[in-house]
Amino acid sequence: MAVAEEKNSPGTSETSWHGIVLQSLKRNDIRLVPYVPDRVLTTLIRNLYADPFFTTFPAAREEEAVGIVSGAWMGGMRGAVLMQTSGFATLANVLASLAIPYQIPLIMFVSERGTLGEFNYGQSLVCRTMRPVLDSLAMEHHTITRLDELEFIVDRSIKQAITTQAPVALILSPLLTGGKVFDK
Amino acid sequence: MNSDTPARNTKVMNRFDLTSRLIAKLKNEEAVIGGIGNTNFDLWAAGHRPQNFYMLGSMGLAFPIALGVALAQPNRHVFALEGDGSLLMQLGSLSTIATLAPKNLTMIVMDNGIYQITGAQPTPAATVADIVAIAIASGLANSAWAADEEDFERLIEQSMSAAGPALIGVRIDDKPGVGTTRRDPVQIRERFMHGMGVREPL
Repeated sequence: MAVAEEKNSPGTSETSWHGIVLQSLKRNDIRLVPYVPDRVLTTLIRNLYADPFFTTFPAAREEEAVGIVSGAWMGGMRGAVLMQTSGFATLANVLASLAIPYQIPLIMFVSERGTLGEFNYGQSLVCRTMRPVLDSLAMEHHTITRLDELEFIVDRSIKQAITTQAPVALILSPLLTGGKVFDK
Repeated sequence: MNSDTPARNTKVMNRFDLTSRLIAKLKNEEAVIGGIGNTNFDLWAAGHRPQNFYMLGSMGLAFPIALGVALAQPNRHVFALEGDGSLLMQLGSLSTIATLAPKNLTMIVMDNGIYQITGAQPTPAATVADIVAIAIASGLANSAWAADEEDFERLIEQSMSAAGPALIGVRIDDKPGVGTTRRDPVQIRERFMHGMGVREPL
């Protein structure tokens, strides 16, 4: 719990994981950030709301958010979607019928539930579907576990998605974020 | 069209005819997002424009995609054409749109109460639900059924200068689409981006 609290502490510090993600989005001109929330993403979402550079809002479903950022991309505005593992599990159809065939650089941040201390059996099961789905579509994905690698992976992955016009999933491991634990 | 549909004093119209009427009204390179199936087939058949986007999957996402375009280009009016069955997949998007309230977005729901393209099976909403009432209850106050073709054209014009997003429900017959969209997603997306002024052709 101490670890989780420390890693989710408020503020936009450049050295916190959420601060680095926010700054990387900004540096790459990613302004539109719809989300379906996760406890782990709370501070990041709060700081996105607090910064007028970003337009951030909740969507009712993850695929709705994917549709929104896809439309925005085609209209010349960059976006990224925030979600948790179980939300990713709802996306196979939209990835295979919109993002990939239309070559849209969909940038997804997935807060990883279901592993490293999961207390909900359903979360642990649905988590096991995530990487097989990504791999079956030959999608670029990275699991980020270390703070010192975070900026490099996020920044390079965003740039690669845009230049190669291909989606990417950035999975935020509990090793990075502290995750969600039973007593929270 | 199921005759048991909740009472509405609206004429049963035709998708291709209404889509053609919409396209004929567009003078300012407005974007048009065509939902999956017959909805975009008739958009294609009404005459391709670089500002048209045709969906080949992801049922239910015409309104979210249109919302994204509308947010990215607030000075361009965006139309979205969606079937009733498709919209049922993504009713939550109505509230998202109501909250963000882009004034440059007009949503048109082609309601025949059936999944025409898969064999005309009824939708679960066909005999019990009112799409426009759902939209109003979702926060889209500027939602209305079009009584007939003239009323449809009037509502389209009204929506282009409205203070918020508009939704127009139209009851349509059970006819299939008139054409078939060329299924080339990369070209569809690239041409649309040219039409949006985001990119130049190579």
